[in-house]
Amino acid sequence: MVRFDGVSKTFPVGKQTVVAVENVSLTIEQGEIFAIIGYSGAGKSTLVRLINGLERVTSGTVTVDGVDVTALSESKLRPVRSGIGMIFQQFNLFRSRTVAGNVAYPLKVAGWPREKRAARVAELLEFVGLGERARSYPDQLSGGQKQRVGIARALATSPKLLLADESTSALDPETTQEVLRLLQKVNRELGVTVVVITHEMDVVRSIADRVAVLDRGRVVEQDTVFEVFSNPKTETARRFVGTVIRDRPTSGDLTRLRANHSGRLVTAQVREGGRVGAILAGAAELGVSFEIVYGGISALQDRSFGSLTLELQGPDAGIDTLLLRLREHTDVEEVAA
Amino acid sequence: MFGIDWETIGPLYVRAFGQTLYMVSVAMLAGGLAGLVLGTLLYTTRRGGLLQNRLVYNVLNFVVNLIRPIPFILLLAFIGPLTLAVVGTQIGTEAVIFPLAIAASFAVSRIVEQNLVTIDPGVIEAARAMGASPLRIILTLLVPEALGPLILGYTFMFIAVVDASAVAGIIGGGGLGDLAIVYGYQRFNYPVTLLAVLTIIVIVQLVQVLGNALARRALRR
Repeated sequence: MVRFDGVSKTFPVGKQTVVAVENVSLTIEQGEIFAIIGYSGAGKSTLVRLINGLERVTSGTVTVDGVDVTALSESKLRPVRSGIGMIFQQFNLFRSRTVAGNVAYPLKVAGWPREKRAARVAELLEFVGLGERARSYPDQLSGGQKQRVGIARALATSPKLLLADESTSALDPETTQEVLRLLQKVNRELGVTVVVITHEMDVVRSIADRVAVLDRGRVVEQDTVFEVFSNPKTETARRFVGTVIRDRPTSGDLTRLRANHSGRLVTAQVREGGRVGAILAGAAELGVSFEIVYGGISALQDRSFGSLTLELQGPDAGIDTLLLRLREHTDVEEVAA
Repeated sequence: MFGIDWETIGPLYVRAFGQTLYMVSVAMLAGGLAGLVLGTLLYTTRRGGLLQNRLVYNVLNFVVNLIRPIPFILLLAFIGPLTLAVVGTQIGTEAVIFPLAIAASFAVSRIVEQNLVTIDPGVIEAARAMGASPLRIILTLLVPEALGPLILGYTFMFIAVVDASAVAGIIGGGGLGDLAIVYGYQRFNYPVTLLAVLTIIVIVQLVQVLGNALARRALRR
């Protein structure tokens, strides 16, 4: 659906050049929810704007639904943009227009006749659950309602692709979930491919199928959400995962654990179909006793993952044998003293 | 009444009142429209604007700054030859309207520019993301989004134009200012001066009340 090939984008800032996006290659498949996560300033907002040409690449190509958008002139880009929905952190609704007027605007741009516009607007407002608010002005709506108008407006021309730029960052947690559920509905019921830009790992966990981790303009990690959560490979990804999954003890936790436990501390990964429990059941035969001192197990995309930190006591030989058995099935890390 | 010889002053007053309204409204209409176009151009050609164009912006900016500081009484004299060429005469009410409209359009252009700058750029980006052309955005989005402050700006300008029109008398344009100077001040007839001043105050108050009401409606507050 969307393909980045060696895309870079630089901005001149005074006499210097700032690299916003550096040599990014990635493919977003039709029908999926693809998340791009990164800290502020990582280049995610620039990256998403390269898709609909609101920003133009410095080098590389971006292909949307088979069309190389980087080769199009500004006027040739307009019909392409008309077929790509976009929602924003600050909603960007037109304050001078009613809810219905906002949703009708892209239809006017696309040249829909008046009678068809009215029916389409009613249908869209029904879809986002705001049928009653057609004549309200944006000022009269709550944040969550504003974003739902934003979504209705973005979907007006039945786009195959929806770009969501920090679409829940200005909302409280409950409203965030409400908007995320709506995005999921858009994806599942209408088959719209959704690109979600966010700095919140919770958003990724809630709705995304795959995720790319962006760090200083580069994609440092790109995989299924389950893979990135259960097995983050870069420091940036680990830090993001750590914001929502806290199964691993922090250095502060370790100091406390050390003070209270005299045995050897190990952290074992728990995976779907793992046998950590079964192996631990055999610890007694080796003269080893264990205590679970930290950890957590979560589920994502219908699969479990997590880690347990254990205190092991007994003869070193027994403990080593136990660790060997565990390592046959999963990753085990001895926590340094 | 009020020590005014109404038989003489009455008709003069009515005529002066009509002249002021005529000058101010035509100048506001023409200058307001020209200022809207000029201000929109200033806004859209500036850096980061929809029609970003350094040359056009710099030229417009320079011209606006060139005309704006000229006191109206001097502008009236200064562009006399141009007035003659355009209006066909350098004296009379019509001859005042032309420089008045010129002064108004340059002042309005700044007011329009300042108010458009306050529009959230995100709103314009949203329209661009829908595939709207710059022309469509300019025509259907900019003015509605800034309508409330624009109405207040135009109200302010209307009052400034009433102020400027007071000197119309020096080229025979008449109006309330002329009445006050010629029949009041120069003839030591204070009540006539007072009458003209009070009339101008009433016009200004009425326009301000109307402007505030319209702006409140546009802002829905």
